[in-house]
Amino acid sequence: MLRTEEMLLNVGPQHPSTHGVFRLVIKIDGEIIKEATPVIGYLHRGTEKLAENLQYTQIIPYTDRLDYLAAMTNNYVLCHAVETMMGVEIPERAEYLRVIAMELGRVASHLVWWGTYLLDIGATSPFLYAFREREMIVNLLTELSGARLTFNYMRVGGVKWDAPEDWIAKVAEFVPYMREQLAGYHELVTGNEIFVNRVKGVGIYSKEEALQYSLSGANLRCTGVKWDLRKNEPYSIYDRFTFDVPTREEGDAFSRYHCRMEEIEESLKIIEQAVEQFPEGPVLAKVPKIIKVPKGEAFVRIESPRGEIGCYIASEGKKEPYRLKFRRPSFYNLQILPKLLEGENMANLITILGAIDIVLGEVDG
Amino acid sequence: MSEKEDLAKQKAAAAAKAKAAALAKKQAKEEEAAEKPEGETDAAKQKAAAKPKAAALARKQAKAEAGEKPEGETDAAKQKAAAKPKAAALARKQAKAEAGEKPEGETDAAKQKAAAKPKAAALARKQAKAEAGEKPEGETDAAKQKAAAAAKAKAAALARKQAKEEAAEKPEGEMDIAKQKAAAAAKAKAAALARKQAKEEAGEKPEGEIDAVKQKAAAKAKAAAAAKAKSAAAAKKRTAVQESEEADTPSEISPNQSKLDQIVSAIESHVGQGALLENYINRLSKDVPTLVANPDTYFSIAKFLRYDEQLDFSYLSELHGTDFESHMEIYVHLHSFKMNQSVALKVKLDRDTPVIPSLVPLWSGANWPECEAYDLLGINFYEHPDLKRILLGEDWKGYPLRKDYEPYDVEV
Amino acid sequence: MIKDLLHSAPSLLNFGIFFGLAVLLLFVVLGFVTYGILSERKIMGFMQMRVGPNQIGGKWGLLQTVADVLKLLIKEDTIPKKADKPLYILAPVIAFAPAFMVLATLPFTDAFQFADIGVGLLYYMAISGISTIGIVTAGWASNNKYSLIGGMRAAAQMISYEIPLVMSLVGIVLITGSLNLNDIVAAQEKVWFIFLQPVAFIVFFIASVAELNRVPFDLPEAESELVAGYHVEYSGFRWAFFMLSEYVYMFAMATLTTVLFLGGWNSIPFLDFIPAAIWFGLKFSAVFYILVWIRVTFPRIRADQLMEFGWKVLLPVALANIFLTALIKELLNLF
Repeated sequence: MLRTEEMLLNVGPQHPSTHGVFRLVIKIDGEIIKEATPVIGYLHRGTEKLAENLQYTQIIPYTDRLDYLAAMTNNYVLCHAVETMMGVEIPERAEYLRVIAMELGRVASHLVWWGTYLLDIGATSPFLYAFREREMIVNLLTELSGARLTFNYMRVGGVKWDAPEDWIAKVAEFVPYMREQLAGYHELVTGNEIFVNRVKGVGIYSKEEALQYSLSGANLRCTGVKWDLRKNEPYSIYDRFTFDVPTREEGDAFSRYHCRMEEIEESLKIIEQAVEQFPEGPVLAKVPKIIKVPKGEAFVRIESPRGEIGCYIASEGKKEPYRLKFRRPSFYNLQILPKLLEGENMANLITILGAIDIVLGEVDG
Repeated sequence: MSEKEDLAKQKAAAAAKAKAAALAKKQAKEEEAAEKPEGETDAAKQKAAAKPKAAALARKQAKAEAGEKPEGETDAAKQKAAAKPKAAALARKQAKAEAGEKPEGETDAAKQKAAAKPKAAALARKQAKAEAGEKPEGETDAAKQKAAAAAKAKAAALARKQAKEEAAEKPEGEMDIAKQKAAAAAKAKAAALARKQAKEEAGEKPEGEIDAVKQKAAAKAKAAAAAKAKSAAAAKKRTAVQESEEADTPSEISPNQSKLDQIVSAIESHVGQGALLENYINRLSKDVPTLVANPDTYFSIAKFLRYDEQLDFSYLSELHGTDFESHMEIYVHLHSFKMNQSVALKVKLDRDTPVIPSLVPLWSGANWPECEAYDLLGINFYEHPDLKRILLGEDWKGYPLRKDYEPYDVEV
Repeated sequence: MIKDLLHSAPSLLNFGIFFGLAVLLLFVVLGFVTYGILSERKIMGFMQMRVGPNQIGGKWGLLQTVADVLKLLIKEDTIPKKADKPLYILAPVIAFAPAFMVLATLPFTDAFQFADIGVGLLYYMAISGISTIGIVTAGWASNNKYSLIGGMRAAAQMISYEIPLVMSLVGIVLITGSLNLNDIVAAQEKVWFIFLQPVAFIVFFIASVAELNRVPFDLPEAESELVAGYHVEYSGFRWAFFMLSEYVYMFAMATLTTVLFLGGWNSIPFLDFIPAAIWFGLKFSAVFYILVWIRVTFPRIRADQLMEFGWKVLLPVALANIFLTALIKELLNLF
């Protein structure tokens, strides 16, 4: 008699496609996944605990290490929370620098996602193309902040220093170039039959499920929820720019792909406008040397490339936060994974996981 | 404690029945309500957004034409624009000073009073130590060890911790006290504090009232351009005005106050009078309506917020816990796409036995955040489908985010 | 010369000669593999805007592969404790031996061929099927779940794609009336079969990529899903054997494609002053280049879609092709 057996398979923490140290214990029957249990925490560094003994400015470098693909947004969310509580007015130029840096980071982050996602699906070249462009962004941000990934660029009240002389011109140059490359990406990948067959209709969830599971970012927008905090709860100076919030209705991996690709275009639009409007002036507001946040608590949330990143500060009026908590979008987005994987083909595992776009530094905090 | 748990369980059982009924209702509700809100809200939002955008563009052009320094101008514009709502804001601020700050101040005072006894003891010890001379290292250690030995009783450990903190940060603590006093005596116009608050207010306005202020700012762009030169003076004047207006307290309300009232009245009529311990607008947190629930009513309030047709808080944005030493607190940030409004739901828990119903039956997204709170703070969520130590692993000793956590475990 | 040897009585000398020739061929093949890998890496580098190997052996990195092989040779040979040891050791051999055996019947030029046997084509197909066993064995013997899944995938895939592969060739056999590869080449003196049998060529080419386990059909070793598939536990020279067999198959398959569809060593009209060997080399390189090109371009197909594609698309097309070819041939015979 033929006898089949369920098999327990450990995907990760050392696995090429888990994008870090993510572990997934799956129970498979042949190639069909019966049950999936995510195991996280391998990269937990206790950022929130560490922050309780640090001054606000000292915490900024730690935020770089959460979502290391888009560290600018992390920098921003902390500064934004502190500024909201203190009521600091940010100089215009600083706001523009922040927005340009964040949007460049968003483009870079989506490029990394695009490249690695295609790599997961088995295409090697897009990865290298994506990294070529991303490298240019990284170079721009290096010129701006002095670091490739862990920028530590923003400060409470503005940014660390002004942009180098011709930096804005370089950014302006980059935008049309990136558009051109983006068209090339679509030519190479978006219409590819094998690719479409692999991602279309895979990992579907409905709008209700997306909300139920607290998904955010492209993971939410792919179900038709037009929700982008840059638009819906404008922070910084985002209400000055004309841009669209790309959405899709299908809720599958392909729609997430489209959302992200279009978000790159929208980010380029924002950068373009910001560069045009770029004002003169100081880049750091007058804030006390030692920042003390008024007593109380605040939770702010902004739109990171991966979704809704939030920062909660409970302050006792001292120079350290009493409690600091980050709402980390990857952590929330990953929750839906077991549900999506159940009953799926093993080959779809990577497709589904990749489409969620997680960064383990952020999942584990 | 066991009594409490029993009670809680009974309540849970009762809630379960209610839930079954509610679920049926909810499903019907959800089916019809599901599709509508987003689309409509969006359309409305876009329409609403269209106007200020156009206005903003106009402002931009005006600026370009005038060829003036954007910085000063915007400032001026904002200040001009702020002129009208200023009176309102001032009033609001004072309301905050009274309503918002006082309870907090009081809480703090209470906390400090609560901590007073062990503190006093600790301080005494500290002083004794200080007087004893300069053999710092060894003696401190000895003292610590002694204390540790005695610290089998949790209270002692807590006391020591607080004492330590108190001693280390005495100047700040004192300053705190001073501030609180000042806040309590806000009417007495402690000048420094007032100025500080004014500053806060100025900063908060653009954030909190983005739409209103900016729209106005845009409309008055030209006028503002003319007034640009006065910007510095305006700032000064404003402060002065604020100080002068400090005395009278008209009750200006935050734009979210009406929504808070709506939510609160809905809760009180459906969940029961006194279901909420407190409700207020959190000025520091972009004017978010904040509800403080009873541990007993926490779940039913959450359920109501989730499934009520008018409120429809379908999105759980954030859930976490905090150890406030006197108590534990769960902070839940919910969002309703239908109302386009966020709300913060908080609940205070007993620190020794932090137990609370899980929100996973309402929002699946609460699953991991609750695990995280359990992992890092030791808050127990009952009826959670899979409560585990999600980040640290099951063999971890202690709860790191608790304030009395000893980081240098022998185990680690 | 080889024909004579084949027909002469067995003797120690004959054995020695055969052995020597085989070793010679092995080195030729190894030479190819060495530079095949290098050229693949260089082409991929070119397509992906990289440089590729450029350190060892001058700026072209000519000795890179040699160094790699050397490294593999001196690497520690690990066998998992719970592995089925005899099978584990045997598997690379089973995988590699057929790859080398199929080379015997392949005619590189009219003069350079080892065994001109009547059923050369059938021989190739039959022997190459054995490699699957080696891969499944490796997957099973490693006692690793990833390699097991990889092995199973490989078995399913290679068996599935062997059928359209063979079926696509039946048209050629019908036209030529022979399974002998020399005859097939001879039949293409006027027109290459790629023009007579375009459908068959497409089916054959797709199926051959699948047989080679190369992108987009590299599921058995899909590194992003199965880490490395069936050879995940192998290291050092055993691993090198799998790689070797893969590249030897690539060599064989490119040769077979040239022989069956591109007219083997036949020249383009008016250019027949160029030696046959060079013609063969050119066509062979073109096929090889396209294989690399495909690898760089495509993402990986999904396992179930792969099966679907093989059975629901390739096989019916191949069968239709046979039917059409037979029909046309009969009709041509009639008139």
